[in-house]
Amino acid sequence: MATKYNMQAEKTPIAEQDPVVRASNFDEVALGYTLEEAINEANRCIQCPKKPCVSGCPVGVPIPEFMKELAEGNVARAYAIVRAANTLPAICGRVCPQETQCEGVCTRGRKGDPVGIGRLERFVADWALDNPEEAAAALAAYTQETEEGQEYTAQKLSQYKVALIGSGPASLTCAGELAKRGVKVTVFEALHAVGGVLVYGIPEFRLPKDLVAREVAAITDLGVTFEMDAVVGKLYTIEELREEQGFDAIFIGTGAGLPMYLGIEGEALNGVMVANELLTRVNLMKAFRFPEYHTPVYAGKKCVVVGGGNVAMDAARTAKRLGADVTIVYRRSMTEMPAREEEIHHAEEEGIHFNILTNPVRALGNDEGWIEGLECVRMELGEPDESGRRRPVEIEGSNFVIDCDMLVVAIGSRTNPLIGNTTEGLEVTKRGPIVVDEATGATSLPGVFAGGDVATGAATVILAMGAGKAAAKGIVDYLLQD
Amino acid sequence: MYPIVETEALSSAAHKLVVSAPAIAKKVLPGQFIMLRIDEEGERIPLTVNDSDPEAGTITLIFQPVGATTMQLETMKAGEALLDVVGPLGNPTELEGATRACVIGGGLGAAIAYPQAKWLHEHGISVDVIVGFRSKDIIILEDEFKAVADNLIIMTDDGSNGNQGFVNVGLQKQIDAGVDYDLVLAIGPVIMMKTVAEVTRPLGIKTLVSLNPIMIDGTGMCGGCRVKVGGEYKHACVDGPDFDGHQVDYDEVMRRNRQFTTQEAQARDHVCKLGR
Repeated sequence: MATKYNMQAEKTPIAEQDPVVRASNFDEVALGYTLEEAINEANRCIQCPKKPCVSGCPVGVPIPEFMKELAEGNVARAYAIVRAANTLPAICGRVCPQETQCEGVCTRGRKGDPVGIGRLERFVADWALDNPEEAAAALAAYTQETEEGQEYTAQKLSQYKVALIGSGPASLTCAGELAKRGVKVTVFEALHAVGGVLVYGIPEFRLPKDLVAREVAAITDLGVTFEMDAVVGKLYTIEELREEQGFDAIFIGTGAGLPMYLGIEGEALNGVMVANELLTRVNLMKAFRFPEYHTPVYAGKKCVVVGGGNVAMDAARTAKRLGADVTIVYRRSMTEMPAREEEIHHAEEEGIHFNILTNPVRALGNDEGWIEGLECVRMELGEPDESGRRRPVEIEGSNFVIDCDMLVVAIGSRTNPLIGNTTEGLEVTKRGPIVVDEATGATSLPGVFAGGDVATGAATVILAMGAGKAAAKGIVDYLLQD
Repeated sequence: MYPIVETEALSSAAHKLVVSAPAIAKKVLPGQFIMLRIDEEGERIPLTVNDSDPEAGTITLIFQPVGATTMQLETMKAGEALLDVVGPLGNPTELEGATRACVIGGGLGAAIAYPQAKWLHEHGISVDVIVGFRSKDIIILEDEFKAVADNLIIMTDDGSNGNQGFVNVGLQKQIDAGVDYDLVLAIGPVIMMKTVAEVTRPLGIKTLVSLNPIMIDGTGMCGGCRVKVGGEYKHACVDGPDFDGHQVDYDEVMRRNRQFTTQEAQARDHVCKLGR
C-alpha cells in the first residue's frame, strides 16, 4: 500500500482571531481547523516506525494510529484512539506544551515544522463534543478491541470507593481512569467549580470554560460524583474520609495554588496583586463581566507583570483585555523564558511589551498608598546555575523606574500545605510537595496517593494528567492486593 | 444548595441568617468563618460563623448589609437557598490557657465575638464582655451576652444608653479598676481593634484581633487577604483570621480594604436596580 504523505514543510495554518480585535475580548484566540485542513495536516505524519511522539507524550497517546485514521477521514475512530489514552483531549490540544513533547521530537520537525499534533488533537476532541453519541459509540467499540479495555471489563472493582481531593487535571484524569474500571469515585473540590487551575487559572481566551465543563460532563457520565465546596483538611480530614466515610483509597491532587511574592518593599500597595488574584477574579468569578457578575477587578492604565512563565503571559494578556497597556518584566532573556513559545508569540502580537534582563527592586507608592512606579535594575547573564540556565546578575547602578498603576506578580506558586498539615504521617518535603513514588503515586501513608503539582511543584497540565493516570494504576493495584 | 432556615433583622445594622450546612455545623469552632456565594453571578464573601447547632445541622451568620452581597442577603427569606457555603475556614481562636478574659466587640464585631465569649464561659473561664454600638437602638445580642459574661459593659458612641464612649474607654476603666486580664480578644472595625491594642500594649496583655480583609477563595490561593504581621506577610484566610494585636500593621489593613471602593458602589447600584 503506497500512501502518499503530504510533504508540505509547514504546518497547515490555523485560523486565529485578529490580534487587534482579540486584545479587547475574552473569546478564544485560535479558531480551529476545518475537516479539510485537519486531513491535510494529518497526512503530514509519515508513520515513521520509531514513533518518538508517543514516548514524548506523558499519557502515551498512540499518535501515529490517530493520525492514520484522521488522514483517512475517520474522525470518530481517530477521536476514540486519543480519548482512550487521554481523558481531557480538548483541553490538552489547547494547553499542552507540544513543542517540548510530542511535536518536539516529531521526525518531520527535523526538516520543517513538526506535525501539528496539538491542533489535531483539539480538532477530534471538539468534533466529539459536537457529536457526543457518535463519539461515545466509537470509543466503546475501540475500547473493546484493546487488551486494556477487555481487562477493565473483567476486573470487578465496583465494590471499592476512592476519594479524590481537588478537581484539577491530575484528579480528573485519575477519576476517569478509575471510573473506567468500575471504581466508585468521589471528587472533593474546595471551590464551586470543577477543574482546578483549568477554571481559576487558565483564561477563557486560551481555554473556554464551557469546554472544560463539557469534558467534565463526560467524566460525570462515567459515574464520578463531585462534592463541591468541600475543603479537605478543614471540613473532612483524610483520616475521616477513610474511617468514617469508608473510602478504600485516597488520591491527593490539590495542586500548587499558593502564590509566591517578590519580597520587595511596596508589595502590599494598592494596585499590586499576585497573578492568582487577577486570574481568579477574572476566570473563576467572571469579573470581566462586572457588574453583571458582582466580583470586581482592578485594572490600571499601565500595568507591569513580573515573571516569564505561562501564568505571567496569561496575566499580561488578561490585563491587556481589561484595558491596560502591559509590560512584562523578566530577569533573564527571551531564550530562558519558561512560557510556551506560542504564548509569548500571542502576547507580542497583542501588543504586550517585554522588558527583559530586568528585575524589580521596589514598588513606589503615592500619598494614598496606590502604586505609581516600579523601580527596577538591569541584569546581565553570568554562569549557568543549577537549572542549566545562565544566572542573571545585577548591573550595579543601572536602576530605573517604570511608571505603572498596576503590578501583577507572577513568579510561581507553591503547594498548598493544608492537607500536609492536617494529615499525620504524610511525608512532605521541606519545600512543601508531598513525597510520592513516581511510578504509582504512593505516599508514605498506605492507601494514600498523590500526584500533579502537589507532588512535583508547579508544572504543566499534561504532567499532572500523566501523574493522575499513573496513580490510578497504583490505586487499582493497591485495591486488588487487599 | 444550602437552604436558609430562619432570618431575623436584629437591628437596622445587623441581620441574622440560620443556614442549613450540616457538615460545617459539626466542625466549626469559635473564630472560624465560611465563604458564601448567593447565586451564579454572586461574589464569594467571608462571614464569621456566629453560632452552630450540630444536631440541627445549622450555622448562624450575622452580618451588616453594607455591600452588594450583604444587601442581597438581607432580602433573602427562609426557604430560599445559598448556592455555595464553604467552611469551616481559618483557624479557631486560641482561647485555652486564659484565666481572666475580656472579649470586646464593636458593632457587628459583637456578633462575631459572641462564640468566643460563650466558649470561655462554658469552659469555666471568667470572661468580661465589652461591646460598643453607634447608639442604643442598634444594640444586639444583649441577652445572649448577659448569659455568658461575668460583667457586661455596653458602650454607645452617642451615649444614648447612658454609657458614652468607645470600647477602648470601657476596657481602660476595667483595667484602671484593677481587673487583671490575661487575654483580650477584640473584633470589630480595624480602627477599633487598633485602639484596643494600644490600651493593652504597654501592659503586655495578650491581645488577639480578628481580621476580615478582602478575600476571594478563602483557601490561601489569591493572596488578596495578605496582612503585615510582625513585619511579615500572612494570609488572613489560612494563617488567621486571628493575629497578635500588637504585631498587626492596621494602617495598611485599612488602606488595602479601600481598594475596591468605587467598584463596590457600582455593584451596590447594580443589585439595587435589579430590585433585590
